[in-house]
Amino acid sequence: MSAASDVAAQTLTLGAALGAGLRQAMAADDSVVLLGEDIGALGGVFRVTDGLQAEFGADRVFDTPLAESGIVGTAIGLALRGYRPVCEIQFDGFIYPAFDQIVSQLAKLRARSGGRLSVPVTIRVPCGGGIGAVEHHSESNEAYFCHTAGLRVVACASPADAHWMIQQAISCDDPVIFYEPKRRYWEKAPVVTGPVPASAPGLDRARLARSGSDVTVIAYGPTVRVALDAATVAESENRSLEVIDLRSLSPLDVDAVTASVCKTGRAVVVHEAPTFAGLGAEIATEITERCFPVLEAPVQRVGGWNTPYPPARTEELYLPDLDRVLDAVDATYRY
Amino acid sequence: MTEATAAPVGVDAATPRRLLGTDGTLLPGAADVVGDPETVRGLYRDMVLARHFDQEAHHLQRQGELGLWLSCRGQEAAQVGSIRALRPDDHVFPSYREHAAALCRGISPSELLAQWRGTAHGGWNPDDHRMHICSLVLSTQLLHATGYALGVAADRRRDATVDEIVMCYFGDGAASQGDANEALNWSAVTGAPVLFFCQNNQWAISTPSVAQSRTPLHVRAEGFGLRSTVVDGNDVLAVHAATAAAAERIRRGGGPEFIEALTYRMAGHSTSDDPGRYRDSGEVDWWAERDPLTRVRRLLDVRGWAGEEFHAALDEEAMALAEGTRIACRALATPPLEDVFRATLVEETAALRAERERFTAWKESFA
Repeated sequence: MSAASDVAAQTLTLGAALGAGLRQAMAADDSVVLLGEDIGALGGVFRVTDGLQAEFGADRVFDTPLAESGIVGTAIGLALRGYRPVCEIQFDGFIYPAFDQIVSQLAKLRARSGGRLSVPVTIRVPCGGGIGAVEHHSESNEAYFCHTAGLRVVACASPADAHWMIQQAISCDDPVIFYEPKRRYWEKAPVVTGPVPASAPGLDRARLARSGSDVTVIAYGPTVRVALDAATVAESENRSLEVIDLRSLSPLDVDAVTASVCKTGRAVVVHEAPTFAGLGAEIATEITERCFPVLEAPVQRVGGWNTPYPPARTEELYLPDLDRVLDAVDATYRY
Repeated sequence: MTEATAAPVGVDAATPRRLLGTDGTLLPGAADVVGDPETVRGLYRDMVLARHFDQEAHHLQRQGELGLWLSCRGQEAAQVGSIRALRPDDHVFPSYREHAAALCRGISPSELLAQWRGTAHGGWNPDDHRMHICSLVLSTQLLHATGYALGVAADRRRDATVDEIVMCYFGDGAASQGDANEALNWSAVTGAPVLFFCQNNQWAISTPSVAQSRTPLHVRAEGFGLRSTVVDGNDVLAVHAATAAAAERIRRGGGPEFIEALTYRMAGHSTSDDPGRYRDSGEVDWWAERDPLTRVRRLLDVRGWAGEEFHAALDEEAMALAEGTRIACRALATPPLEDVFRATLVEETAALRAERERFTAWKESFA
């Protein structure tokens, strides 16, 4: 960050940085509208849209009936009319009623119309566990959407990046599933609010979150913090971890991942979603295909167990934590 | 014409609006809303052309030129009467059987057949015809129409001269879907300028409408808070009048409305269907006596609104359309698979480009 931008930086939570990003996007383009459940007067259950209805009016920030398929379906219609709708799905586990509208309509309208139609809809989804929530409120369902051509899927991990990424997602002409790590909503960091600077990575680019030389740890969304913490601990044990924050889950920035792994020769993928047929499997395959000659060990995956998300009192044992990441790092030295 | 004959179960449960008897006589009240002979001739022409086109497409499927065809035979009045009551700039969201309506919007046989020949998913540019591509996943388009109408309403708040409305076609089967009911509720609560036009053709493949809904669909719509009309869907004059009246109210800010047009799917659901397995020929005969074209022909004859010269010219036009349809169908070329890679996202990503190039190289390795 330059000295000039340091001056303008303010400390914001990730949630507030997202809200500021939404405000910036709405001010810059009056075709941007926000819709979702309880996002108006309440400001959303996580308060991400706090104050936006008061600022931009109920015509541009509106509460919807409690119907997720309706939220996405009407957003598609608004987009066909020339608007840039930003939907909020209240919790990850509530997106399934909208699954058909996302997969059959939103993702495919471009191809189904032979490239004639575009549907620039952003769907914000608070995701993942770690807040002691009841069932259906802690899911990591990104793999479903990464498997569907026609969607872009991204996950933010830090306040500054969240502020930029939400603006990039809204200005993108493709539909974007935008994952927000709900247990990081309250994490604070300096954010320079305003338009996305030219120096910011593109929406489809990974970010080097920490440089290292021994093992590449690939994470996104809520597990970037876990990976960074693991790197700090590993450093005290004289192991240098390089942490890649994927940011874009579809498309994958494979070049960034493989450039790092070809340097370190070791890779660990960390995500909250179950490992079976998860993003880690895809990443491990790409690494194997491109870095096979220099790999020192099989790619390790650390993820949620292949079970339904457990009751809150047991979630600490389900979620990938620092110890499991370090254990996987150790495993790459056993070959 | 045998009005006294008992209707099949589930039909005419309510008294639908009707202006034209099956014998071609204008019913009481018709004089107030039926247009001039020119309008009636125009509606008749649209229906005749649609029937010839539909029949030709059916033949083309049987000849192996189309993979599938979903006939609109019997539903011409519901479609022509409704779409001709709109303005050309009113955006329309179809289901997948609205061929008669599509022809009225200037969509060409080539554009209409591409999907069923397998050369495209959506054969036309929606912006050119103010008509969206087909929705084969039932009732998804009701939400799109509602959202589009919300956009029209928002535009209108910024510019008072904006006064388009949106119309959405769907069927009795689609009315059972969650999206349909979400859309009816959503539009009612927001006042979206949208007209839901339900063609109740009595059958959802093999499931009769009586097994789809306990409550008549137009009554259900009222429950959501929409003004609702039930109309004889085989009476093009009644359909036209009901749609024009609803469109005018919606255009003036009256909120969403619902029209249930009682009609009949004369053919199977598709060319793969076998309706003889689940419905009686007597029922089909009952509806054939109420054919939407025949009764207008009788009206034109009785009133002397169209002479032999008109009918001869129309026959010629219809034959030319059928021949043009055959030629257009066979001329639809198979597109390169590479087009799909390019149309997946607005800008092809590096990954899609790389995969497309791998495919092309593989394909060309056999050359």
